[in-house]
Amino acid sequence: MEFTTRSLWTLIHGMGFGALYLLAGSGAMVALYRRNLTDSSSQSAPGGDRFLGIYLAVMAALSWLTVLTGTYIIYPWYRATPPAGSTNLAAFPRALLLSHPATRQWHMVGMEWKEHVAWIVPIAITMAAFIAIKYAGDLRYHLQLRNALRGFVVISLLAAGIAGFFGAMLDKNAPVEGGQTIQLVGEEIK
Amino acid sequence: MSTQVAVTQQETAVIVPNGSGAAAILSAGIGSFAIAIFAIAADKSAFVKDLFVFYKPTGALSGETTAAVLLWLVTWAVLNWRWRKRTVSLGRINIIAPGLLGLSLLLTFPPIGDLF
Repeated sequence: MEFTTRSLWTLIHGMGFGALYLLAGSGAMVALYRRNLTDSSSQSAPGGDRFLGIYLAVMAALSWLTVLTGTYIIYPWYRATPPAGSTNLAAFPRALLLSHPATRQWHMVGMEWKEHVAWIVPIAITMAAFIAIKYAGDLRYHLQLRNALRGFVVISLLAAGIAGFFGAMLDKNAPVEGGQTIQLVGEEIK
Repeated sequence: MSTQVAVTQQETAVIVPNGSGAAAILSAGIGSFAIAIFAIAADKSAFVKDLFVFYKPTGALSGETTAAVLLWLVTWAVLNWRWRKRTVSLGRINIIAPGLLGLSLLLTFPPIGDLF
């Protein structure tokens, strides 16, 4: 049982930072909904406002880690150009996808959309975290700020979902592989 | 009655103006929209594409996203500086910013971005 350093990085990027962001996103929606229930009638629970700010800040950190590892560590491996005359394209996912009509659109639509739409996420969620931290308990006086906060969190989740879906499908069709092999469990060869 | 009025006035006095929040919202919309615009520009023009290659292994994506993030941060800083002590009308901003965000989702979708 072994994997390569490149596949480890795709795991860290997608299953680590990216999936954690999506999971945290559903929690954020619940937190914002609960926050809204208490807004007009009473004070929120002690520490609740501070918790929401920290929670969204952690989500922002996750989103930045996801796009930075994706863009600057994994994407260069994905888009690497194979040497002229190469027939084995396994180490060149982009070229591999483009080489076959059945997989071509995974790059032309999937990757082209994913690589840009993913960058909307950290911008939107950083803004949401800033507002939650800056206004904290005062948010109950600012209905329009709360509406914007919720809207941007929802759109960031939508964008992250699009990027996550295409990331998973691209990795299924043309995984980023290579680099050193890391052996988890080995068998003695007789 | 007079105590109630006094408490209300005190509460109103300490509410943080919404200017900083408005600056953050509008700049986030502009930054997101810039990603889509830069991506389309790089796709349409080889010159722009070359211009956006800040880091060769990542290609034009490095410049498109770095330029959009810089634009977002600069816009945020300028708007925040101007609005931080003010209460601004959020009605229009709450339409424009999510609109820009939604447009950036659509325009980064290649079949739509390719129409331009």
